[in-house]
Amino acid sequence: MCLAVPAKIVELRGETATISVDGALREVNVSLVDDPQLGDYVLVHAGFAIQKWEQAEYDEWRAIQEAAAGT
Amino acid sequence: MNPWAEQIAAAARTIGRAVQLMEVCGTHTVTAFRSGLRQLLPANVKLISGPGCPVCVTDTNFIDAAIELCRRPDVTVTTFGDLVRVPGSESSLERERAAGAQARVVYSPTDALALARQNPQRQVVFLGVGFETTAPAVAWTIQEADRSGVTNFSVLTAHKTMPHAMEALLKDQQVKIDGFICPGHVSVITGAQMYRFITERYRIPCVIAGFEPGDMLKGIAMLLEQLATGRADVEVEYTRSVNETGNVAAQRLLAEVFEEADASWRGLGVIPRSGLAIRKRYAAFDAARKFSIQFRQAKPHPGCRCGDVLRAVITPPECKLFGTACTPANPLGPCMVSSEGTCAAYFKYAKQEAG
Repeated sequence: MCLAVPAKIVELRGETATISVDGALREVNVSLVDDPQLGDYVLVHAGFAIQKWEQAEYDEWRAIQEAAAGT
Repeated sequence: MNPWAEQIAAAARTIGRAVQLMEVCGTHTVTAFRSGLRQLLPANVKLISGPGCPVCVTDTNFIDAAIELCRRPDVTVTTFGDLVRVPGSESSLERERAAGAQARVVYSPTDALALARQNPQRQVVFLGVGFETTAPAVAWTIQEADRSGVTNFSVLTAHKTMPHAMEALLKDQQVKIDGFICPGHVSVITGAQMYRFITERYRIPCVIAGFEPGDMLKGIAMLLEQLATGRADVEVEYTRSVNETGNVAAQRLLAEVFEEADASWRGLGVIPRSGLAIRKRYAAFDAARKFSIQFRQAKPHPGCRCGDVLRAVITPPECKLFGTACTPANPLGPCMVSSEGTCAAYFKYAKQEAG
C-alpha cells in the first residue's frame, strides 16, 4: 500500500499541482515538498507529493527500468 | 549474469551459512515474486516477508468497528481499496455495501474530504490505515477539515509505525532475521535515521531499497556484503528518494495531529508505541470519539494463520486453508485479500513452491 509513483508537475496552483504519469493527469497536493516548480519530478503517494526527484534521479530510475526490460 | 547477482553469489559463499533477510514492505514482497528475483538467490539466502502490508496487520476488531459505522444510515465509510474485502468477525465492508450500506473506495483522504463537502447531510468517515508513508496525507486532511470548518468528516484511525514492530520481530524467538530490507517509502518520510537503533542495539544490518527489481537485487547484495564483512550499518540503496533526515514537513504534520499510542497488530498483538492516535486538539475529527466506537474482542476465522504468516513463522502453504478454503476470490484472511499480502503473492506467483 506504500506504493508511490514518480510524476512530473505540469501545472501548479498554490498547494495543488497537476501531475503527469506518462501522460495520465491527476491533481495532487504539493505542500509536503520544498519549493515545487513546474517541470519538477515528484514521488506521489495517496494524492500527495512526498519527495522531489532531480532530473538525474528520474533518469536513473528510467535506466533501471530499461535495464530490467532488456535482460 | 547480472552484476548484482554475481556479487550476491560471492557474498553468500563467503557467509557460508543459511541467512534469512526480511523484506518488511508488502510492495517489496510483490516485486520479489513478480520479477523472479527469488529464484536468482543462492540456496543459503532466503527472503522472508514481514508485517509491512497495512491491510494485513489491521486487527479484525477495526474491521468490525468500520462495519458497525457503515451500518449507520447517516454514515458513508471511505477507504483505500483492499480493505473493503477483508473479512471482519461476521461480515465485510463489501458485503455491507451489497446490502445497501455506503462504503466507498477512494484514492486519497482528500477525496473523502471532498465527498464530505459535497454531502453535508451525511457523515463521511475515512478509514485511516497505513504506515508513516500514508499518515501525513491523513494528518493534512484532518487539518484542512479543521481549517475550513467541515464538521461531517472524521477518521477512524489504525495508523501504525514501523520501528517498534521491527523491534518486536527481533525479540520474537521464533523468527531468525539476519538483515532487513527496509521499507523504501516509509523511509522517505522518516529518513534513514529511524533504523539506527536496530543496527546499534541489535547488530542487524539494514538496507533501504527501492522498488524496481534492480533496486532490490542491489539492496540484497549490500546486505550480504555487510554480513560477509561482519558489519551492521544502515545503508541506503534507494538514494533517489531517501535521505538521512526524511521529510521534515511531513514529520511535523504527523506530530501536530497524532500522538504515539499502543497499537494492536494482527499476529503480533499489542505493540507499545507502534500506533498513531488523533490528538485531543483534533478530537472532533476522531471517528472513534465522535461515534463512541468500542473496539470489541473480534473473532477472526478459526483456522486462519495470517498472524503466523505476518511474523514469518510459517510460509503461506503451511496454512491448511491456503489455496483450498482461502483463495483470492474467497479470502478468509487479510494476507490473501491484499494484493500485497504474502498469501496472495504466493498464490499468484509461487504455486509451485506451494506444491
